[in-house]
Amino acid sequence: MSSKADIGEQAQAGRDFYRALVIRRQLILVALATALAFSLCVDLALGPARYGLGQVVEALLWPSQVDEQLRVILWEIRMPVALMALVVGASLSVAGMQMQTILNNPLASPFTLGISAGAGFGAALALAFGVVIFPFAVDYVVPVNAFLMAMLTSMAIYGLSLRRGVTSETIVLLGIALVFIFNALMSLIQFFASQQAVAAVVFWTMGSLTKATWPKLWISLSVLVIALPLLARRGWALTAMRLGDAKAESMGVRLRSLRLEVLLIVSLLASISVSFVGTIGFIGLVGPHIARMLLGEDQRFLLPGTALSGALILSIGSICSKMIIPGTVIPIGIVTAIVGIPFFLYLILNRRVATW
Amino acid sequence: MVSLQLQDLGAAYGGNQVLSGISTPPLTGGQLVALLGPNAAGKSTLFRRIFGLLPGSGTVHIDGTDSPNPIAYMPQDNGSRPVLSVYEAILLARMQGRRLKVLPEDHAEVERVLDVLDIGHLRSRNAGDLSGGQRQMIGAAQALVQNPRVLLMDEPTSALDLSRQIDMLTLLQRLAKEQELLIIVALHDIGYALRFADAAMVIDKGRMIACGPTAEVVTAEMVREVFEVEARIEPCSKGSPQLIVERRAAQPSDLRPGGML
Repeated sequence: MSSKADIGEQAQAGRDFYRALVIRRQLILVALATALAFSLCVDLALGPARYGLGQVVEALLWPSQVDEQLRVILWEIRMPVALMALVVGASLSVAGMQMQTILNNPLASPFTLGISAGAGFGAALALAFGVVIFPFAVDYVVPVNAFLMAMLTSMAIYGLSLRRGVTSETIVLLGIALVFIFNALMSLIQFFASQQAVAAVVFWTMGSLTKATWPKLWISLSVLVIALPLLARRGWALTAMRLGDAKAESMGVRLRSLRLEVLLIVSLLASISVSFVGTIGFIGLVGPHIARMLLGEDQRFLLPGTALSGALILSIGSICSKMIIPGTVIPIGIVTAIVGIPFFLYLILNRRVATW
Repeated sequence: MVSLQLQDLGAAYGGNQVLSGISTPPLTGGQLVALLGPNAAGKSTLFRRIFGLLPGSGTVHIDGTDSPNPIAYMPQDNGSRPVLSVYEAILLARMQGRRLKVLPEDHAEVERVLDVLDIGHLRSRNAGDLSGGQRQMIGAAQALVQNPRVLLMDEPTSALDLSRQIDMLTLLQRLAKEQELLIIVALHDIGYALRFADAAMVIDKGRMIACGPTAEVVTAEMVREVFEVEARIEPCSKGSPQLIVERRAAQPSDLRPGGML
């Protein structure tokens, strides 16, 4: 053991090391936020009528001083779609990250656990046969059906996780089984449905931000704003879960109750998102992995970093969806997969630190 | 001084009773206690029961401390390999149940433990990239950084090389004395128990066989009955007791064709 003077020096060395780590992560978060702000402006500038970034910034900061047409297009038409990309991207990414954390499985996401497929089945019921699960929200039949089926799927997973002896691997396997069941049911619906209904179902499952409206945006944002502090409050315990169950338990983490609490929160996040924009499978899987590569496992940084990276990926996807074929908005689910997966593979194959 | 007493502890997995009737006299701080027993005797289960991770019958009495979390537990499992520096992995154990902000005293505590275990040079390494032995040292640091009064360590030397095993047990012996900790260590090496432990607990098939001063508990008869090994216990050249293994005790199964004899 060292003398007191040595210990003082070492403590200083430890603080310096930790401070450098924290500053580096804070800078990464600032960089992500800056990139996100830039991406939002570009997303707003693109469309049938193209604007310069200067015009967009002016319209955002001083809406009353810009041309009426520009103000209406930016604030009333493009803004809900562009912001929906951020909110849904953040929600799906956070949901995926926490599912990976509590199940200790890098493949866990709202898509692989069947939540998106459940939502797709609920939407297909409404689109093909007009089946209304909840009759009091006629204007929102498709998203409400999708939401209820997604939550039912989550509750099935939740119910299973309550059973004694069920491991996280079992839960992931159940999720994959649910994906197959819902896909089969969707095929059955499409087999019996009219051509128009089949087209509507297929379009819904591709995922599209064009369905975004201000009310839908506020609902999604409210859930995200409530969920993030609830998850942040559990930051130390959730980080400890990545050390494995035995380690986390030895640090006093109550695994069972924490898993259930987080599963409920992220189910709500994922269900709301997919019910409004359809199936976007890529974000919930990849957003967390990119954030983890950049920021490590400390949830105090990983949680905001995951939200920012998910929002950024979907925002860039939104930009690409308008640029690939000018005048046509390609469904976002297709774009994020085509553009994002090669990028993700590049990151995975060239990473210096194993994240799982 | 802290004191731990187990009274009629029991635990079951499903319908199987894996621990029953485990009782001890009061075990006081300042001691290193060896927990001995063959494979599947219930050593890890007993630790989990004492730490409160397993429900069951009986009571765990702790006196002489007002700490809300007087017990720390180092499991046998070194855990998965996350992207965390060693410094963060140790800090994480201290910060559970606390606010998100890390205070100067938390840093000081992490550094103290790094110094005590002589692993300061690993501070910035990725915990997931370390060897099994190094990760075992991190595990010990994660338990110590919680400032426990009672420390339960499940085979803390199993992945260490010979010199590190001796360093670790010497350190635990010293920490127990200097900080008046009660440290209970599950060990497979009976020789180490004889050399380092003040007291020993022996369990087999989930039941307490003996508990008391090491010299009284660890005898040739106990080794034969519990571990099925013929051995002698003799003083070494420096006077410390040592275990000399002669042979495996004959079992009825060994006498059958194809058996060990």
